[in-house]
Order: sequence, then C-alpha cells, then structure tokens
Amino acid sequence: MTQPIAPQAADQGSADAPASTGSRATMGLGLVVLVGVVAVVLLGFFGAPEDDQQRDAVRMIFVHVPSALLTYVAFATTALGSVMWLWKRSVWWDIVAHSAAEIGVMFCGLTLVTGSIWGRPTWNTYWDWGDVRLVTTLILFLIMVGYLSVRSMGDDDATATRASIIGLIAAVNLPIVNRSVEWWFDRTLHQKSSLTDGNLEDLTLFTLVLGIVVWGLFFTWAMIHRFRIGWLERELRSGDLHEAIAARRAEALIDGHFQSGASS
Amino acid sequence: MTHLGYLLVGWGFTIGCGVLYSLHLVRRGRTLAARVPPTRRRWLSADER
Repeated sequence: MTQPIAPQAADQGSADAPASTGSRATMGLGLVVLVGVVAVVLLGFFGAPEDDQQRDAVRMIFVHVPSALLTYVAFATTALGSVMWLWKRSVWWDIVAHSAAEIGVMFCGLTLVTGSIWGRPTWNTYWDWGDVRLVTTLILFLIMVGYLSVRSMGDDDATATRASIIGLIAAVNLPIVNRSVEWWFDRTLHQKSSLTDGNLEDLTLFTLVLGIVVWGLFFTWAMIHRFRIGWLERELRSGDLHEAIAARRAEALIDGHFQSGASS
Repeated sequence: MTHLGYLLVGWGFTIGCGVLYSLHLVRRGRTLAARVPPTRRRWLSADER
C-alpha cells in the first residue's frame, strides 16, 4: 500500500509557504547556470581552438557531449527511482523518477539533434540507419517517450509500476548505447569517448568539462523544480480526493438523516 | 569561422530548449502552487523518506 505524502503539520504557518517552486537556493543556482552558459558560449566560440580536421564544427562538442552525459545521468536516476518505487513503494522516489525521465528526454532529444547537426559537416550525413550509436540512442529516446506516455495515462500506483518497468528497460539500454562504439566499432561513424581519448587541446578539454558542469547544475535546478511540481500535483490530487470523500460522507449523512426522519 | 550555420542552429536549439523548458517549469510551478493550500506546499516532508 502506498503511503500518502503527509499533509503539512497544522502548526506550520502558511505565511512562509512558497508561492512557486522556486526558492533562494534555486534562484542562486539558476544565476550560476546563466553565468556558466555565458562562459561556455564565450569559451566555446572564441576561446577554444578549431580542430585540424573538423575545423570549427568541433565546437558542437560543447553542447553535444554534455547533453549525452546528462542523458545517462537522468535516465540512471529514473532507473534508481523506479527500483525504489518497486521495492519500497516510495512516492518520493517515484516523483524523482518521473522528474528525471522528463528532463532526460529533453537531454536525449538534444543529443540526437545536435549529433545530427554535427554529423552533416563531419560525416557528410545527418543520419545513418546502420550506425549502432545513433540507432541505440534513438531507441533509448523512444523508450523514454513511451515512459512519459504511460505516465500521462494515469496517476495510480499501477501506472507508476508500469512506468517503472519501462524505466528499468531503458536503463538496460544505457550501457549498450555507451559501449556501442567499442563493441561495434566497425558499424559506427561515431568517434570513441572524447573525454578519455586524450586528443583534446587543454582549453577545449577545459571548456568541455565546464560545459558538463554547467549542464549538470542545470539538471539539478530543473530536477528541484520538476520534483516540486510533481509534489504539488500529488497534493492537488489528494486534496481533490479528500474533498470528494468529504462530499460523499456529507451526502451519506444527509441521506441517513432523511431516512431516519421518514421512518420515525 | 567555418560551419557557422551548423553551429548557430545546434547551439541555438540547445540553449533555446533549455530556456523554454525552464520557463515552462517556473510557470507550471507557480500555477500549481496557487491551487494548492499553503500548508501543503512543503515539498520535502514525505512520510516514507
């Protein structure tokens, strides 16, 4: 049986209740992200040197790789939340899983789009259906779109359980996507890990790491807001449920009153 | 700068998506917060944590 989220204790006043999902901490974090994005743009376009082979097209690395890494982080978080839901029936983790899935789908979509745009000048094609990295990433994206579709079909525990299973299936695909360039190196145009191959110039590597950190902070900021939205949605539903139960009880009391009046 | 068109589309799409999604989250949060009683807007007090 799922434990409901506890209504707030009555002794905590409403004066300091937040009127949004933001707080001083999230505002500060958001400002850090904004400054970080500006820094990544400046370094990415004007600081980092061009590549000998790809020329300036290599600057796509600063948006593509962080998006891909955060896709892994987001969907791994969804998998963890799914396990905790299935194991402990934890509503808190269920909201975390749903929140990370939504943000992860955005990151995964960005990975596909930026990779495709980067592929045109470097591989001379936007897409190759025979490329294992591209196709496994697309499958991951579609699985998680399916996750969100299932989520949109209902708010009950059974829906959360179905979505959790889909989240775990997607998690199985994560190492396949990540390792595909190693396992099927003859069936992909995609290069191996940019971070670990040691071929990046110092400033390029610094900008890439900075981009990953900034994207990570944005993920944290978005997770906090999205979690609170999920929380509010549950509170709203449970409030509606309580109102419906109270109304039904009132009707039953009135019915009982009239029936007892009629019998006397 | 070479490939400027690709770069602008790729970077623009990424930053644009981030900005739009952020605005969507903030607005959705404000709308929902207005509908939930103030005493139930505290996010980190689930029983099972």
